[in-house]
Amino acid sequence: MLKAILYDSTLCIGCKACEGACAERWGFPYNDQIASEERISAHKLTVVETHGERFSRRLCMHCAEPACASVCPVGALQKTALGPVVYDPDKCMGCRYCMQACAFQVPSYEWDQRLPKMRKCDMCCERQARGEPTACTAVCPVGATQCGERDALLAEANHRIAAKPNEYYGKIYGLHEAGGTSVLYISAVPFEQIGLNTNVPQGPLPALTWRVLELVPDVVSTGSVLLGGIWWITNRRAEVAKAEGKAK
Amino acid sequence: MSRRFPKFTVWRGIFAAIILSGAYATYLRIFYGLGGTTNLSDRFPWGLWIAFDILCGVGLAAGGFTLVATVHIFRIERYQPVLRPAILTAFLGYMLVVVALLFDLGRPDRLWHPLVMWNPHSVMFEVAWCVTLYTTVLFLEFLPVVFEKFGWHKPLTWIHGISVPLMIAGVLLSTLHQSSLGSLFLIVPEKMYPLWYSPTLPAMFFLSAIGVGLAMTIFESWHSSRAFGRALELPLLASMGRVLAVLMSVYLWLRFLDLARRGVLGLLARNRTETWLFVLEIALLAVPTVLLFQKSVRMRPGALYACAVMVVFGFIANRLNVGVTALEAGSGTHYLPKWSEVAVTLSIVAIGFAIFRVIAQNFPIFEPQRVVVAAPEMRVPERNHVEVG
Repeated sequence: MLKAILYDSTLCIGCKACEGACAERWGFPYNDQIASEERISAHKLTVVETHGERFSRRLCMHCAEPACASVCPVGALQKTALGPVVYDPDKCMGCRYCMQACAFQVPSYEWDQRLPKMRKCDMCCERQARGEPTACTAVCPVGATQCGERDALLAEANHRIAAKPNEYYGKIYGLHEAGGTSVLYISAVPFEQIGLNTNVPQGPLPALTWRVLELVPDVVSTGSVLLGGIWWITNRRAEVAKAEGKAK
Repeated sequence: MSRRFPKFTVWRGIFAAIILSGAYATYLRIFYGLGGTTNLSDRFPWGLWIAFDILCGVGLAAGGFTLVATVHIFRIERYQPVLRPAILTAFLGYMLVVVALLFDLGRPDRLWHPLVMWNPHSVMFEVAWCVTLYTTVLFLEFLPVVFEKFGWHKPLTWIHGISVPLMIAGVLLSTLHQSSLGSLFLIVPEKMYPLWYSPTLPAMFFLSAIGVGLAMTIFESWHSSRAFGRALELPLLASMGRVLAVLMSVYLWLRFLDLARRGVLGLLARNRTETWLFVLEIALLAVPTVLLFQKSVRMRPGALYACAVMVVFGFIANRLNVGVTALEAGSGTHYLPKWSEVAVTLSIVAIGFAIFRVIAQNFPIFEPQRVVVAAPEMRVPERNHVEVG
């Protein structure tokens, strides 16, 4: 079963406790100045954004079919069976294709390091494996962030929307975005109003490149026969021309 | 040698300035990381080093595989005189692409990782393998020049023995990665400006690479004829110009067909930076295409050269538009390369020109060949010499 996180923007009070818990879990510094940064970065893997009176949390979406893992030339990013998309810094060569490919602009880079790594939320995979909630879930004082099985959280989200149709925008962000994600959002307003990218394709992104990559064996086999055949014909023609020239 | 150029000291000065700034930028890159030398950010992770050094670098080196296929597989042997310069350009081009990668990768010490840590679903993985293998192929295709220079006949025979599979492998590897550089961007449909994002990117990258490969061959033949005071194979280059015109008109026709099919031609009515950069790119490709259809243009060395240069710049504009302009629109940020990014790029180009010159002066690149590269039994092609004043 896939683990997931449900974030309910209507419940969030913007206390940023999740930010602090995340920094502590990663061993990153956290202070007032960092708390005021409203953008994911290599030292701040989750952010509570303020949009007027509403809040919105940003973190890795842990896509069901992650573009980042599909584009990584060395397989440093992997989608685990449990749900989190995890990163192996020992493999990473720093091509930053994951950053380019991510539809949610999540991966961040340690630009100022001499031996930099990519950084992103890993959904506290070691805690999840032990059956514990993520650090951000555990610390949330109002239950705006919850974690659990994706199916159960989807049912919970639908239940909340159905129970209070006037207080919720009637959709779940992450249900179909990029082919479905393990982070789900519900909100009082359309998602673009809380800073989410609603322009994301509704199907899995890796299919877009695989469609071309799967042709590689065909190109190689057909191409080598074709080019070899053309060479054989032109070579034969030259040989015949030479032999005829000699005969005269 | 160099005394022949009245402007040589100026060029030498520019060259030295470029190399010095590049050396300082290299120092900064090593000790202050990508953050200290580039204007890249989390929202704009690829910049000039990818868009120019890699995308343009690989494309501009496409003359190698185009001419190998033409001369040795299709046996259009009159192109023989420009084959070696094209192979040399390609070999140097790919070596410099690898150098550029060492600057751009966050961990250049792990350049070899894709060769042992596989992910066949990654376009970048495929490109890494193709570029590695094709650079090896180009090295082997260039080796006969070295063997001839030193009169090593045994290895020369040996390399002729494997030349046919080698050439076929080279053409296939080029086909794959030239198009795959376009496939790299297929995964970001929502981030790219629709004038450039297209499912046909791989095919378009492949076609334009062949075109620019021909243009670069004309370009370097013209330059080497001046630099080394040798004859210009004008009828040959003129016929390449005609092929180039046909190819580019097919390319442009397909580009507009694709734009029309995707229903985005209306975007051209918007007064945006993207529109003007698109117009610039298309104009740089369309104007020489129209001109090259005129015989009078093709037969004038200066005009032919100007057309080739325009195609090269149009190609560069296309790759920069795909790699920077189109992605800037969806990234929510602005990107302008830092001086150090430009310095490194210019240094790599300058070093490329310098090494080409040194090799062309010392190895049998332009001389009539004593032994023909791939097929020893082949007759020596007729050469038409036209002296250029």
